[in-house]
Parts: sequence; C-alpha cells; structure tokens
Amino acid sequence: MKTKRSFKILLWVGLILGALFSGLPVLWLFSSSFKSNPNIFAIPPKFIDESFNVQAYISVLTDPQKLRFFLNSYAIAAVVVCCTLIVAILAAYSFSRFNFPGKKIINTIIISMQAVPPITLLIPYLVLIVGLQIYDTYLALILTYMVFTLPYAILMMSGYMNTMPKELDEAVMIDGGSRFMALWRVLVPSAVPGMVSVGLYTFFQCWNEYLFALTLTKTNEMRTVPIGIASMMGQYAFHWNEIMAMSILGSLPVIVIVLFFQKYFIAGMTAGAVKM
Amino acid sequence: MEKSTHQNRTARIKGKLEPYFYLLPTVALMALLLFVPIFLVISYSFYDNVIINDNPVWVGFENYATVLGDAIFVKSMKNTAIFVVLNVIFHLLIGMGFALMVNAKSLGPRPKAFFRIIYMLPWMFNATVIAILWKLLLNGSGVINYLLTTFHITEIPLEWLSDRSAALWVLTFINIWAGYPFYMISTLAGLQGIPDSLYESASIDGANGLQKFWHITLPQLRPILISIAMLDFIWTTQNFSLIWLLTAGGPAHATEMMSTYVYKTAFQSYQYSLASAAAVIILIACVILAIFYVRSQTRNDE
Repeated sequence: MKTKRSFKILLWVGLILGALFSGLPVLWLFSSSFKSNPNIFAIPPKFIDESFNVQAYISVLTDPQKLRFFLNSYAIAAVVVCCTLIVAILAAYSFSRFNFPGKKIINTIIISMQAVPPITLLIPYLVLIVGLQIYDTYLALILTYMVFTLPYAILMMSGYMNTMPKELDEAVMIDGGSRFMALWRVLVPSAVPGMVSVGLYTFFQCWNEYLFALTLTKTNEMRTVPIGIASMMGQYAFHWNEIMAMSILGSLPVIVIVLFFQKYFIAGMTAGAVKM
Repeated sequence: MEKSTHQNRTARIKGKLEPYFYLLPTVALMALLLFVPIFLVISYSFYDNVIINDNPVWVGFENYATVLGDAIFVKSMKNTAIFVVLNVIFHLLIGMGFALMVNAKSLGPRPKAFFRIIYMLPWMFNATVIAILWKLLLNGSGVINYLLTTFHITEIPLEWLSDRSAALWVLTFINIWAGYPFYMISTLAGLQGIPDSLYESASIDGANGLQKFWHITLPQLRPILISIAMLDFIWTTQNFSLIWLLTAGGPAHATEMMSTYVYKTAFQSYQYSLASAAAVIILIACVILAIFYVRSQTRNDE
C-alpha cells in the first residue's frame, strides 16, 4: 500500500516537472505577445504584467504585408492538400486493389523516397524551377510540397484501403459500374477518416515548410508565414511582441488541428511508425 | 464471335494497364521532381563550376576529395553525428517517459487528456517559431539568464547561442525539446496495443511493476521504438531550418551541420559543385539509414 502511495506521488512529481518542461516556454511565448515591447525584458519577469494589451495582434492583423503571408500560406496549403489527396487516392487504389508486375518495386521506391533529404534536392530544384519558369510562383511551392507529401500520403491511403473489404467495390462492378465508379462512389466516401488524417498531415507539412519557401520564392508577394516570421527577426529592430503575436497567429491552424482533430492528426502523423 | 474476342482482348489489355493508369500522376510527379533532381545533383558533383559555367568540366571524384578534405566539412559531420545521436537518445527517453506517465493506470481520464495535450505543445510550433521563442528565452536579458543569475547558478548572463563551447549543446537541447512529442504519441499508440491479458497473467505470476515493464512493455514496444528511432535518425540528419534560424552554423562553425554546410557552399559561396558533392554525401548517409528502416518495416509485415 505504502509503495503504491509513494508511486503515485512520484508519478505526479514527474508529470508536473514534464509539464513545466514542455509548457513553460510556450506559456512565455503567449505571455510575451501580450506585453508592450519595452516590457519584454522587464525585471523581474512576469507572465502578465501591467502593460497587458493586444496591440501586437492588431499591428500584425492590420499590416497588409503580413496578411499576404497568411493568404499565401493558406492558399498553397489548401491546393496541396486537395491535389495530394487526389493523386494519393489514385495510387493507393492501384496498390490496394490490383496485382501487377512491378508493384512491389514501385511501392518500395515510393517508400524510400521519404528518406531523400530536402537539402540534397535544393540545388537541382532551383535549376529545374527556374528552367520551368515558375520561380517565385505558387506553382513552384505547390509542386514541391506535393512531391514531398505524396510518398507518406500514398503509404497511409493504401494502408487504409487495405482494411476495406473488396466486396465493397465488387458490388458496384456487378451492378455494371466501372472500377472508377467503384472507387469514386464507394471507396472514397468510406475512406473519409483516412483522408482527413492524410489531409491534416499534408497541411501540417506545407504550413511549416521553411527551406524551399526560402529558396524558391524571393518577393514578399509569394512568401509564406514561416519566412515572414523569420524576416521579422532581421528587418525590424526586434519588435518582440509583434514577432510573438505573429508566431501565435502562424501556429493557430496547427493548434486548432491538434486540439479539435487530435485523433485524426495523431493517426496521420504516426502511421509511418505505428502499424494501424 | 470475332468481334467479341477482339473486345475481350482490348478489355484484357485495358485491365492490365489500369493499375498503371492510376499510378501515372504519382510516377510523373516523382520522376520530374525526385528522380531528375537526384540524377542532376549526382552529375553536378562530378563536374566543375556547374550552373555558373556554361561548359562545366568533368572532374571525377575531385569535388568529393575537396569536400572530405575540408576541415569544416569534417567538423560538420562530427557535429551532425553528436547532434543526431543525442537527439535520438533523449527523444526516445523523454518521449517514452512521458508516454508511460500519461498511460499510468492510476491517472484519471481528465488529467490524462490534460497532460497529453501539454506534452504535445512543442509539436504545434514550427521551426521558425521555436527558434524565435528560444532566442527570446535565451536572450542576454531574457528570462533564463534572469533565473540563472538570480539563483547564482551563473554570475553573469550568458549569450548561450553565440558561445562557442555552449552553442552545440544548447542547439541540441532545443531540438530535443522540439522533437520528443512524436515519440510520445507513437509510444502511446503502441502502449494501447499491448493486450491487458499479458499484464494480468504476469501479476498472477507475482511480477512487480519494474519486471512487467522490462519483460512485457519494452519487448512489445520494441518494433515501434526501433522504427521511430530510425525515422528520427533520418530526419535529424537532414535538419536544416532550426539550426539555420538559431545559429546558422556559427559561431565560428561551432554548430556547423552537413545541411548548413551545403546551403552556405551553394547559396553564399556559389560553389555549386562542391555543395552538390556534400549534398550527395548526406543523401548516401540517409539512404543507408533508410535501407535499415525499410528492412525493419518489411520484417514487421511478415
């Protein structure tokens, strides 16, 4: 009994220490975004000080340049999520419902493409993107992010489709429907949970991407939120409160995803490591 | 009769081609934006002055010899190795520790959900935000230096990220903080997959908590832990954003990684051939890691 009690105390000490480790820095991020800039490094530091205000958020949300970063990020992520889903569903359908020569090798190649380091691709990418005359456009980032998210999306979608009985699509084909009908009318509607997971994963990757957004775009009209946040470090004389407000606004979609779609998000993020 | 066999044949051919038709968009995209770039970067690494020069000269392995003979690149390989190994170890320990605590039987559903969200917090922020947050925390007049000097752990505030002896460890610490949630979530999913009956029969045999952990939990988690550790090896080796934004490889190459070396050589010194050779070396390292990963995955399947 005694060991059980001390175990419980130990557990709670561990839980709280862990929460401080992961939570305190984030709490400081939020608290700093509500301070006025001269108070950022006030001594002694306080989580909420007398300068509490939302001015930093107002400045960010009324700056057309920063709103443009958000628009760019949302637009690119939305297009990539849709396109990756369509392409991945088609490929997953092929892997899950057909046997054909070369299936295993193509599948292995797609899986192993996840290991290719983005930094290795960076130099030839720049050459290709300039060569295709899409440097500094949405299309450059959309194609790049599709290629980066496809392997994992295909892996996850085919895993999901493998769990769906073949009788489902056979029923459609007996009724005279084509295979494509079977995919579109039966498989896709029943694969919605898997698609949500893939979509959230894809969104997460696009939203956070930094290296290619930095290299393949150059004008502020095309740049995304991560580049926007990073550039605030350089050009301003450190408006810390605005940087923190922009950081929070820039993390908002992911925070919302984690809080409200936790199940799908986790399923999407861990599918590579955990067999579903 | 004639017509129907003909129809059958075209239908058969069509049927045989159908799976390839569904794969076409994937293959086209990956060919253009994965295979072509990989081929290009490998070929660049064997030429001199690519991209800048219209007629690059074939130089064989000379670029590789130059890169591998560059003390800074050797240092970046050493730094990357330290960074990756420490990250994988601590991600694993912290992620698994947090997962085990959250999963403890005596914890009610509400505290469980609460702590799970708190522990996932670092995951909700991307490299840019994490870099800026830690720059704020570690600033000379920031809150960490305030606490350290107030409690006399250090006498003067330290510039953690521009200190040559501290920067690599600080960077490693920040990346550990940023990356453990993935382990925690994967471990939690794995823990839920362990059947209760295993623990029950162990209890009947009189096993204590530690024995149960050692003989049931750990072996059952093994496949998951191995595959996340390998993914982490690959991902951390490729890490660029966080390092670039926090130290950019500095001060005096103290935190130079293979990825920042490639970026600087290409986009600051414009030596694309050397950068390509270094990029191919990273590719080879990651391919070797990936072979181990795919092997462990296919073994799990069987």
